[in-house]
Amino acid sequence: MTHLVIVGNGISGVTVARHVRKRSDMKITIISAETKHFFSRTALMYAYMGHMKFENMKPYEDWFWEKNRIELVFDFVSKVDTDSKKLSLKSGKEISYDKLVLATGSKYNKFGWPGQDLDGVQGLFSWQDLELMEKNTANPVNRAVIVGGGLIGIEMAEMLLTRKIPVTFLVRESRYWGGILPLEEGTLVKRHILEHGIDLRLNTELGEILPDENGRVRAVITKDGTEIPCQFVGLTAGVSPNVKFLEDSKVETGRGILVNDYLETNVPDVYSLGDCAEIKTPEGERNRLEQLWYTGRMQGEVLAKTITGERTIYERGIWFNSAKFLDIEYQTYGQVFGELREGEAKFYWEHEDHKHCLKVVFDEKSHVVIGLNVFGIRLRHDVCEKWLKEQRNLEYFLENLVEANFDPEFYESFEQSVADAYNTQFGKTLKAKTKKGFFASIFG
Amino acid sequence: MNATTPYFEETHEHKDLSGVKKIGLALVSLGFLLLFVSASGIAKEQPTLFSILIFGSIMVGTLVYVLPQLKEGPAGIKNNNIFFDSMTSKGAAAWVAGIFITGFYVLLYWFPQYLENWIRILDPLSFALSGGPASQWFLYGTFYTIAVVFMGVRMIVKYRHNRYQIIRTASVMFFQLGFGFLIPNILKAFNQPEFYFTYFWPLKYDYLFPNSFEWLMSSGGIGIFMFFWGAVMTFIATPVLTYFFGKRWYCSWVCGCGGLAETLGDPYRQLSDKSLKAWQIERWMIHGVLAFITVTTIIVWLNSSFGGGILGDLSNQFSQTYGFLIGAAFSGVIGVGFYPIMGSRVWCRFGCPMAAVLGIIQKFWSRFRITTNGGQCISCGNCSTYCEMGIDVRAYAQRGQNIIRASCVGCGICAAVCPRGVLKLENGKVEGRYELNDYVKV
Repeated sequence: MTHLVIVGNGISGVTVARHVRKRSDMKITIISAETKHFFSRTALMYAYMGHMKFENMKPYEDWFWEKNRIELVFDFVSKVDTDSKKLSLKSGKEISYDKLVLATGSKYNKFGWPGQDLDGVQGLFSWQDLELMEKNTANPVNRAVIVGGGLIGIEMAEMLLTRKIPVTFLVRESRYWGGILPLEEGTLVKRHILEHGIDLRLNTELGEILPDENGRVRAVITKDGTEIPCQFVGLTAGVSPNVKFLEDSKVETGRGILVNDYLETNVPDVYSLGDCAEIKTPEGERNRLEQLWYTGRMQGEVLAKTITGERTIYERGIWFNSAKFLDIEYQTYGQVFGELREGEAKFYWEHEDHKHCLKVVFDEKSHVVIGLNVFGIRLRHDVCEKWLKEQRNLEYFLENLVEANFDPEFYESFEQSVADAYNTQFGKTLKAKTKKGFFASIFG
Repeated sequence: MNATTPYFEETHEHKDLSGVKKIGLALVSLGFLLLFVSASGIAKEQPTLFSILIFGSIMVGTLVYVLPQLKEGPAGIKNNNIFFDSMTSKGAAAWVAGIFITGFYVLLYWFPQYLENWIRILDPLSFALSGGPASQWFLYGTFYTIAVVFMGVRMIVKYRHNRYQIIRTASVMFFQLGFGFLIPNILKAFNQPEFYFTYFWPLKYDYLFPNSFEWLMSSGGIGIFMFFWGAVMTFIATPVLTYFFGKRWYCSWVCGCGGLAETLGDPYRQLSDKSLKAWQIERWMIHGVLAFITVTTIIVWLNSSFGGGILGDLSNQFSQTYGFLIGAAFSGVIGVGFYPIMGSRVWCRFGCPMAAVLGIIQKFWSRFRITTNGGQCISCGNCSTYCEMGIDVRAYAQRGQNIIRASCVGCGICAAVCPRGVLKLENGKVEGRYELNDYVKV
């Protein structure tokens, strides 16, 4: 019987296992050194904040794996030998495979800052990182410094605030998540960060982390020479593929494990997906790293087909993503870049409470929508995707916005306020469609 | 601090209001202390003074504890430290509270004589409302209503950013205060039957028993109206409203049991058991209770129509057993007493026959469902954790499958705690509501 071995039990590896099981009877083994059972990495912050326990973080009950004949091995893969198709484990055991999936995820970046390995300095990616964070904040922390203005940084800030630890947030760019968010959205998030009492410092880079006599962090110094006393430093300047264990193997790596659009590596019967995979693109374009929950899951669905004999290309379709910045939810559909590209124009509406906004980027000439960012309002994924596929223009989006609304019942309607902003900015007289009336909503 | 920092606003400093909140807790404790003092009988001399002091300090104390949250930071989902707090994570405090409440219910149902001195301090209020002295049920109703109203304020403060939660909570507060407390007592003052318009068979099972029929029919026009009101609510309004809105129209908007669970019980919603095993037990139990009360109702009617001749004492035994096991022990003692250990909806989930009926309609003939939003689910599990009915919401959301479960009471908390905007309570066309969306390959 074919033996499929999956290294890594995150969303990518587990999705492959589940879908292969639905399609095939092959023997499946998942190896992980993180936790025995799959848990949702996205919920790490909620465990620290006391919203959840580890039990709540597991999407499947423990009996699920045995019932689906997925064997779980709690061990670390130290060597991959693709010639003999064998994996060496840290415990000394060896496991043979017929097909191998590498789904080892990421590790957080350290950019060689002096003092980056001191006690009390850490990033946040794994269950072990969370345990370390509990340990590092068990003793009184008068201030924490977070380095790197992305998604994990703001999550870490939120986590620390629930323990009443004051946070200074160092962001290299001139706005929060500067590489991704346009100025208006970045400003909205900044305002909200400040509202939460976080000491946000834009245009500020970490210079050095200083130790006390016991080798624990006592302060950081920024590149402009400011010293900030602190007892905890969060390193959240991005993540990169976890591929070190492949150093002596024949599997080709770049930034990550190099794969083609079928998620196949250079070695037959070896595949990779998720955070650790680097998808090769045609000459001239930069290879893609897709380090999202969604892409890991979608890649897993596709790869399971390929492994069970139906070779299938991974196409990511119309882009979407979401996040939550403290109390403000964010969704994005299509392509919105930090700066407008050639030939693009934008429409922006913001509620006077500064907690709801909508950005639409469209083609300057045709007004066909290229992408949208939305904060504080929930939109329907299927409707947005459909409109983007149908190449609807800006006016169509704004007129029919209510159809895409996914906010809970009784929420304030923003559609006409958005249309009014459009009318002011573009000298139009657009009237937005409104919610169904009371009787229509009951009987319609 | 840093001259080169270019931002224009200053970091917002939050006030530390923990001192004020402690005063609130102290007031609540003082109220309970006075309650214990009054058990000695001393309060009987000054019932008005004592009831104002006791209930006043509990009510004011709750507000003083709750309202400072408005100033403690921006509104949002703040379930911080719930699983670290002994009271809300089955710690020692939770066991103490659970045993205390359970014991109170035991006294209330079977040994009210030990609560006599407490009951007496409510005489002034009871006379003012109903024109008669207080009973153990008046004491219970007072406690119950205060809990729903004042913990309802807490719920509204907690979810002040969420209009669905504000309106829904206001609704359960209104129905408990008006229909669960004031109206039945005022009816008594006018020599009318003490009738609860918001409870129907099979939850209020005896409203369709022959003796209620006789009691109401003999109470004149209003009594006849009441009997028919109950029958119409059970057989017509229940299926129609559930078809249009799901069982939530009752369970999380009107019902007093639901009202208590959504207010006093809110801090315990995360304790519900989400396992498949619990779901299996739930289905047997709740439908078993429904069968039990249906059979009991049929037997008591048969017996009464045959003048007690054929079934003898059997029907009496049936209705007494049901009343003891389900009406008192399950819905009261376990249903509320076990909040701090098993979560806030134990009765609603495992026992309530009304919920069983509503659930069957919701599952098969309703426009209600919780929709999942494309592929946006990140499987974080907030929805499942905070589902008081123990539904594994995430299992559906991550498959892109609408949640249509008999037990769902439509409280909307799963949608509120979702950090990615994945869940929405909706009424829509019945056909196709079980279809999967295309974004996740199951």
